[in-house]
Amino acid sequence: MSEIRNTSPRGEDFEPVPAQAGVDAIGMAAGVDQTPLPEEDRSYSQGQLVLRRFLRHRGAMTSLVVLAVIVVVAFTSIGIGPIPGWWNKNYILTYPKIGDGSPTWAHPFGQDTIGKDYFALVMRGTQRSLIIAFGVGVISTVIGTVIGALAGFYRGWVESVLMRLTDLFIVIPLLVLAAVLGKIASGWGVWGLTLMLGLVTWTGLARLVRGEVLSLRERDFVTAARAVGTSANRIIFKHVLPNAVGVIIVAATLAIASAILLETSLSFLGFGVQAPDTSLGTLISTYQNAFTTRPWLFWWPGVLILAIALCVNFLGDGLRDAFDPRQNRTKA
Amino acid sequence: MSVLELSHVTKRYRVRGAGDMLALDDVSVTIASGRTVALVGQSGSGKSTIAKIITQLERATSGQVLLDGAPVPRRGRALRRYRQQVRMVFQDPFASLNPYHTVRHHLERPLRLDHVVPAEEVEAEVHRLLERVRLDPAATVDRRPHELSGGQRQRVAIARALASRPSLLVADEPVSMLDVSIRLGVLNLLADLQRERDLGVLYITHDLATARHFSDEIVVLHRGRVVERGPADDVILRPQHEYTQALLAASPDPDKHFAQTREGTRR
Repeated sequence: MSEIRNTSPRGEDFEPVPAQAGVDAIGMAAGVDQTPLPEEDRSYSQGQLVLRRFLRHRGAMTSLVVLAVIVVVAFTSIGIGPIPGWWNKNYILTYPKIGDGSPTWAHPFGQDTIGKDYFALVMRGTQRSLIIAFGVGVISTVIGTVIGALAGFYRGWVESVLMRLTDLFIVIPLLVLAAVLGKIASGWGVWGLTLMLGLVTWTGLARLVRGEVLSLRERDFVTAARAVGTSANRIIFKHVLPNAVGVIIVAATLAIASAILLETSLSFLGFGVQAPDTSLGTLISTYQNAFTTRPWLFWWPGVLILAIALCVNFLGDGLRDAFDPRQNRTKA
Repeated sequence: MSVLELSHVTKRYRVRGAGDMLALDDVSVTIASGRTVALVGQSGSGKSTIAKIITQLERATSGQVLLDGAPVPRRGRALRRYRQQVRMVFQDPFASLNPYHTVRHHLERPLRLDHVVPAEEVEAEVHRLLERVRLDPAATVDRRPHELSGGQRQRVAIARALASRPSLLVADEPVSMLDVSIRLGVLNLLADLQRERDLGVLYITHDLATARHFSDEIVVLHRGRVVERGPADDVILRPQHEYTQALLAASPDPDKHFAQTREGTRR
């Protein structure tokens, strides 16, 4: 093999030495700035960039704080399981009614028709709704990711079977399916309901992940891994999915937001969380007739549902913006 | 001393609704240690299909791939050992390195996978590999691909291919995605490594000039057939087949006037 003399002075690539006459002339002509890069434009790893963009997203940050406050108050106030909270009343006992039950210092959220402390009730409902929503988010993300990844990676009959299954779940009205499954699982309490909702809400994620995997599997680094004999499992979990993590995180967050609303709708219809346990949807359903006479019984759970759903949606938006590589500057 | 031989390889792709597509038609190529064979042809001539068949990403429809006279194993450990012997450098260094993993990971994996060196020496071997491809180990090892330039990435890709200490290297247009100014550096690196390690190299390209300078033999591929082969200088200076002549006439030559070059293409 013969060799051409490298024209670079140090026998290396030109790239570290931009002082080549021709290159320089072009650089000057185009008015390329030669001053050192400001701190703003320093090189960051992908993860750092995403984090920075996320932290600068005002909507997402506000939502994160609001959501954190809701979660902390909901779980510390009446405690969880055997652990007592700082609130001195619970959601089961009835208390002497003060006036018509409207909010007072003793009962900041008021009392219901038979004198239960509404703050404790709403906190219990919030706990339940949050647990269900996050549980559904996790379950549907895992199922959706696995199904989408398998379909996208293996193609062929695996893809056909899995995607037709997905279509099947999509054409059945979600609310009806969830209602029936929820009724079956109601005996297992909140966890049964969570599992059932998770089993019917993974479809969107599966499609999204499949699309992402379809494009990633054609990339050369996957071919390179196959060329050295890497196993399919390892390729899926070490090479393909880490590169799809942005899409998955965003979709998972938005799945949580829709799970909140799904749980609320189901409970409102009477198929969700059953008395004596309660959730935000169940509370609204139970006291729907009280709207004109005791409006606080409607407003507190209503506002909380709205706040949680909005916050999670904003977080999802913030994450999406943060993961979007085309986005240099964050919107307010 | 290793010899890889493609013997009468045919590859047929089944295209839905359009019958069969003959990608390779009775192609025979031999690559021996210490020698560079350039595979030249336009897009769609079957160059990359040959690379895929050699790396066993695809199976030949008929014909055989022989390493030192033995057919390539179909599966299991034996196939892994074959793959350890035959490695590939991809065209696009922006796509062939996983953006999620660091340079260290890219080099460690093949070392661990094939137990090239004992576990406690992996770190040192990674540094040696980076030095081999003339990258500064301390400055590169913890970086991710997107923090490196195109030339640096291709050097990492070459280091990765060398990690398993192969005897044969398939380089599929290793410089065509790189900036013109750094192509020579990468090609010279490949030439140096080939001499140091007595590698057999299959250099796939459509650039006749570099094919002539960097290889001992040129094989010209046209629509899946070998139309001409021979010592590099002979093929370039005295092309026999009219496709080779057209290919030569079509590549820009600084000595000829532009209009003449255009004339040549029309022939």
